[in-house]
Amino acid sequence: MYKIWMSVVKEFLLLKRDLGGLIILFIMPLVLVITVTLIQDSAFKTISDNKIPILLVDNDNGSVSKSVFENLEKSNLFSVITQIDNKPITEEVAKEAVYKGKFQLAIIIPKNLSIDLQTKIDQNVQNIVSKMGLTETDTSAQAEKPKVIKEKEVKLYFDPAVQMSFKNAVMSSIDKMISQIETKSIYTTFQNQLGEGNVQFEQKSFITFKEIIPRINNKDVLPNSVQHNVPAWTLFAIFFIVIPLSINIVKEKSQGTFVRLLTNPVSNLIVIIGKTITYSIICMIQFYMMVAVAIFLFPHIGLPPLNIEGHLFLMSIVALFSGFAAIGFGILLGTVATTQEQSAPFGATSVLILAAIGGVWVPVFAMPKIMQYIAKSSPMNWGLEAFYDVLLRNVSFVEIIPKISLLFLFFIITTSIALFYDKKKRTV
Amino acid sequence: MYSLNAVSLDINQGQIFGLLGPNGAGKTTLISLLCGLIKPTSGHFSIDDLNYSNHASKIKKIIGVVPQEYALYPTLTARENLHYFGSMYGLKGNHLKDKVIETLDLLGLLKFADKRIDTFSGGMKRRVNLIAGILHNPKVLFLDEPTVGVDVHSKNAIIDYLKFLNQNGTTIIYTSHHLAEAEDFCTNIAILDQGQIYAKGTPKALIDGTENARNLEDVFISLTGKELRDDV
Repeated sequence: MYKIWMSVVKEFLLLKRDLGGLIILFIMPLVLVITVTLIQDSAFKTISDNKIPILLVDNDNGSVSKSVFENLEKSNLFSVITQIDNKPITEEVAKEAVYKGKFQLAIIIPKNLSIDLQTKIDQNVQNIVSKMGLTETDTSAQAEKPKVIKEKEVKLYFDPAVQMSFKNAVMSSIDKMISQIETKSIYTTFQNQLGEGNVQFEQKSFITFKEIIPRINNKDVLPNSVQHNVPAWTLFAIFFIVIPLSINIVKEKSQGTFVRLLTNPVSNLIVIIGKTITYSIICMIQFYMMVAVAIFLFPHIGLPPLNIEGHLFLMSIVALFSGFAAIGFGILLGTVATTQEQSAPFGATSVLILAAIGGVWVPVFAMPKIMQYIAKSSPMNWGLEAFYDVLLRNVSFVEIIPKISLLFLFFIITTSIALFYDKKKRTV
Repeated sequence: MYSLNAVSLDINQGQIFGLLGPNGAGKTTLISLLCGLIKPTSGHFSIDDLNYSNHASKIKKIIGVVPQEYALYPTLTARENLHYFGSMYGLKGNHLKDKVIETLDLLGLLKFADKRIDTFSGGMKRRVNLIAGILHNPKVLFLDEPTVGVDVHSKNAIIDYLKFLNQNGTTIIYTSHHLAEAEDFCTNIAILDQGQIYAKGTPKALIDGTENARNLEDVFISLTGKELRDDV
């Protein structure tokens, strides 16, 4: 025990003397979690100063384009620009502005859209009403043939740099908006044809949807960007311990202290336990610092505070076991790598890859099938799911046991491989 | 690439045994084997009647190792380094503290005890490196080039201290390229080349037994030739 204690003391002394390392360990994760949550939160928000400016080219000048304009304005997502330099925007100007990235979206309403839509609906309604025998049918040979109306196209120009998710969301909401306008026009035309002004169609949607928010301790738990981001980026930061830890081990080898330790009556396991304890403590300090920032600082910078009511103990357990997984990986990397030039870039890149497959950026359910299977093998996914289970799904300790067991197993396997590799390497 | 062939050596208690040889002769490999840093593919060796394959842990308690590298934590002080390495030998408390102070004083470093190693000169680092290997009073001390790259004063301090340890019962096994130093310092010598022992005996016996040899350097050249032994 005394040897382990002295190893822990030594590791802390080494860290204390490495200012750059301390900044990476404690300050950078805080900067990361604050920055990412601020950015992600703004993507969630629909406040007025956060509207995305878009161009609307109105070649219709009718009721439909007026409706589109009003709906876009009402959506609180966009601020609609119809003029540049006090001149109406043409399709060419809009296209160029969007392709150059000055705006993210331009909507081009075609000419005569309102008139043609109404004519088309009139024709369809007239046709149906006639077939039902509700109006007199003109059977004379001179009956005027219906005018052929071509389908109309609302053009959307997107900045090539915008993400697919943004494009899909915009296209879906515009599609919905146009469908509603079309439906409303059909109802109105039927009403005019049948009711001579007396029949009123109920135009309110019959089917609506409502999100049922989970309740914990008789309180609504409304997930927000902070509840999602803080666990994800805390986990990401915890895994970055791989870099300083692997560098620490590589340095031990290059400066000869590792060789000296091998000649001492102390097993490599004791040395590794010393490092594991030290870096686990660091992981927990990082975790509590990030949680403290999310609870106490976030409300002062316009973010909702992290709600961890009753979850801190289980979250601490998840953080500890995630830390073990990261430490195991760091020990393995430090053992296999021979230079810092190998361990640092490999550590950083592999943490990014583990985060990507683990669902830190893109949720696992949104990944292709094959990636979903791969995600299940990422320790970062086990950690993230365990955090979400505790924080958002309100599960008990028993329910997180499988995930934290996987994290611990990962630590045991990586550490065992490191010990075995080192032993093998020293055999002539 | 490690290579030792049919090396057979008996080193008696109380000797200062010099392992000499050109670059790539196998000196460091032999020391690494004896210290337990690498494992042999065949053959065996024992220290103090303890066979390494069965008693590695016991052997590590009675040997001290001073590697060629400084093998110290540069950002820790001399005292912190020595407390840590001493504790790995099971030393603790006041006994460890007193031992550190005593040896630092003997090697002229006590006033620098709380200075970081990365502020030390090469000679000072060599002396701390030596202390880290002898805090537990080893029966057998292995030294790999303990005086390489140090000033004359540090070299003398190291050699004097090693003689002091030897007088107090420590058997010393060391490698060096300084033949004059070895001739003066060692009681027994083995000349190693291409993984084999070419000659062994006292320095005087080796010099006397070699035709036209006036010193150990002549013996060395006579046995290993004048060909350059650059090794990568």
